[in-house]
Amino acid sequence: MAEGNGTNGTSGPNGTPGGAGSDEPKSKISVLLEDSKVVKEKALEEIKALKQPEKTDLWKSILRVKHDETPRSRALGVLSNVFLHLHPAKINRDAVAYNYTWGMGGMTFYIYITLVFTGTLLMFYYHPSKVVAFRDILYLEHDVPFGKILRNMHRWGAHMMVIMVELHMFRVYLTGSYKKPREFNWVVGVLLLVLTLLLSFTGYLLPDDQLGFWAVTVGTNMARATPLLGHDGPFGPQMGMTAFNDVRFGLLGGSIVDSNALLRAYIWHCIAIPIIATTFMIVHFWRVRKDGGISGPAPVMLESEIKEPRKI
Amino acid sequence: MDLHQLWTILSTPDNVPIVLLLFVIPFYTWYGLRQSFANDRLIAQLEKDPVMAKTHHRKTQPWRPGWAREVHVWPYLLRIEFLAAIILTVILMVWSITLNAPLEEPANPTLTMNPSKAPWYFLGLQEMLVYFDPWMAGVVFPSLIIVGLMVIPYIDENPLGNGYYTYKQRKFAIWTFLFGFIALWVSMIVIGTLIRGPGWMWFWPGMTWDHNRLTFDVNRDLPDIFGIKNRIGKILFGGIVVGIYCVAAWIGVHMAIVRDAFGKKILARMSLLQYATMQLMLILMLSLPVKMILRLVFRIKYVWVTPWFNI
Repeated sequence: MAEGNGTNGTSGPNGTPGGAGSDEPKSKISVLLEDSKVVKEKALEEIKALKQPEKTDLWKSILRVKHDETPRSRALGVLSNVFLHLHPAKINRDAVAYNYTWGMGGMTFYIYITLVFTGTLLMFYYHPSKVVAFRDILYLEHDVPFGKILRNMHRWGAHMMVIMVELHMFRVYLTGSYKKPREFNWVVGVLLLVLTLLLSFTGYLLPDDQLGFWAVTVGTNMARATPLLGHDGPFGPQMGMTAFNDVRFGLLGGSIVDSNALLRAYIWHCIAIPIIATTFMIVHFWRVRKDGGISGPAPVMLESEIKEPRKI
Repeated sequence: MDLHQLWTILSTPDNVPIVLLLFVIPFYTWYGLRQSFANDRLIAQLEKDPVMAKTHHRKTQPWRPGWAREVHVWPYLLRIEFLAAIILTVILMVWSITLNAPLEEPANPTLTMNPSKAPWYFLGLQEMLVYFDPWMAGVVFPSLIIVGLMVIPYIDENPLGNGYYTYKQRKFAIWTFLFGFIALWVSMIVIGTLIRGPGWMWFWPGMTWDHNRLTFDVNRDLPDIFGIKNRIGKILFGGIVVGIYCVAAWIGVHMAIVRDAFGKKILARMSLLQYATMQLMLILMLSLPVKMILRLVFRIKYVWVTPWFNI
């Protein structure tokens, strides 16, 4: 479409008058009109080309590969896309039915993304300080545009995530998907379950209301009973534990749930645990692929087909 | 019957997930087991007919020769994922529009909430505080749950049921998980949320949460019932009782495994370390319902009383 560019300037305004002046020199206006006709045609041609945007260099530069109906393109469309590349190009035909996976793992990840998004927005309106934390929530609920739905989505999303993680584990167990070669990914999954619960728990204190305060008080009071490391636990006093140096003190940054505890909960909730959880999620998803994709639905195996275990 | 009280408990915003659990957990249990039983029927059929076993595609899903065994992720999986994301977003938004997140009064260390409850997913652990001391219920058992879950793949030597629903080929494993997950974890959460009222007292659904209710439970220790008064006697007696429990539970678990020939076969595949780990985890898991019965039915607080710890 860029063809002919620059070749139509033969009769341009700066062109030398041809011949021995037999023709009247064209008027400047007619030259200009002729030129504009060329520009117009070029513009029309370019607009026509826009009807096939996938042929443009811009398009190709963004998407890298062709997207047509060929199987090769379908595969490349998934494999060469950074957001989709965790998928294989093809999967077990029976695995796309809802009844096998229940979709819980993928939906958990989606809810996690939703939580990161709403959580980031909430951070704009929240100060992790005993003086203003509660007022920030009131402000968020009554003055911030869409503040209430933002907080609600974060809260209910967190509850949904906990339920979904548990159901995901339930499904993986019922289908025996933790068996060879996926043993280690189950371990990573258990860690992710713990991290999910910790994420939810650290978030509970942040509104700094009675609900969160007493929930965290009850929760961290258990830490004081840690054997050896808590001042109320078995053999704790013998180890020299007091309320000011035991494991609970480390969690709360003090001997009571106060401003330090609020700040610690905030940092664990917004920075530390999300980074740790994201790291484990990367490992989890990576291992799903490396261990051969999702486990089934696999052909059933019969008892008579059990092979003898390999001795080490 | 105090319906208003019942409604107050069920409609508390933070209790809504538990109400949800009451429907979702039975549904998915049924949904999974239904497929297990369907596969079991297929397995029984194939075991009876070796010729069929050689040619059958071995799934309950339909299959015809000439069908591709795999489908493209785009569009067959991705469109489902996009759809799931949209539906989930709609559900979350509708839920968020209709129901507000709870916000109580500002935190006040001088005004104790009664009952003061942990977030719902920890209520199982809080309920455990009734039956065990905090170092057990709050620290040892949660750690054991995590470790116990992690070791499952390394002690389950049953090669069957890998990647498909089945009940018959994994009876022991399925029962263990259903017991741990539904009978213990989920039902303890439900008890902690719906049953436990002020003072962490037991209120049946429909009973009014009376803040002035007094109960005169006499909690006894097992050695006291047997009239053992001196300290060393208590230590020895408790140790012996706990030991007897461990041996009994060990035998019980063992009997459950070797009930059928298949169980014996799997047991023969297990190493001693795998067997010991499994027994340890199951004995500790079973101690919870045992202690619950002792406490709720016989009002026995401790079995083993020592100067350093009580169990």
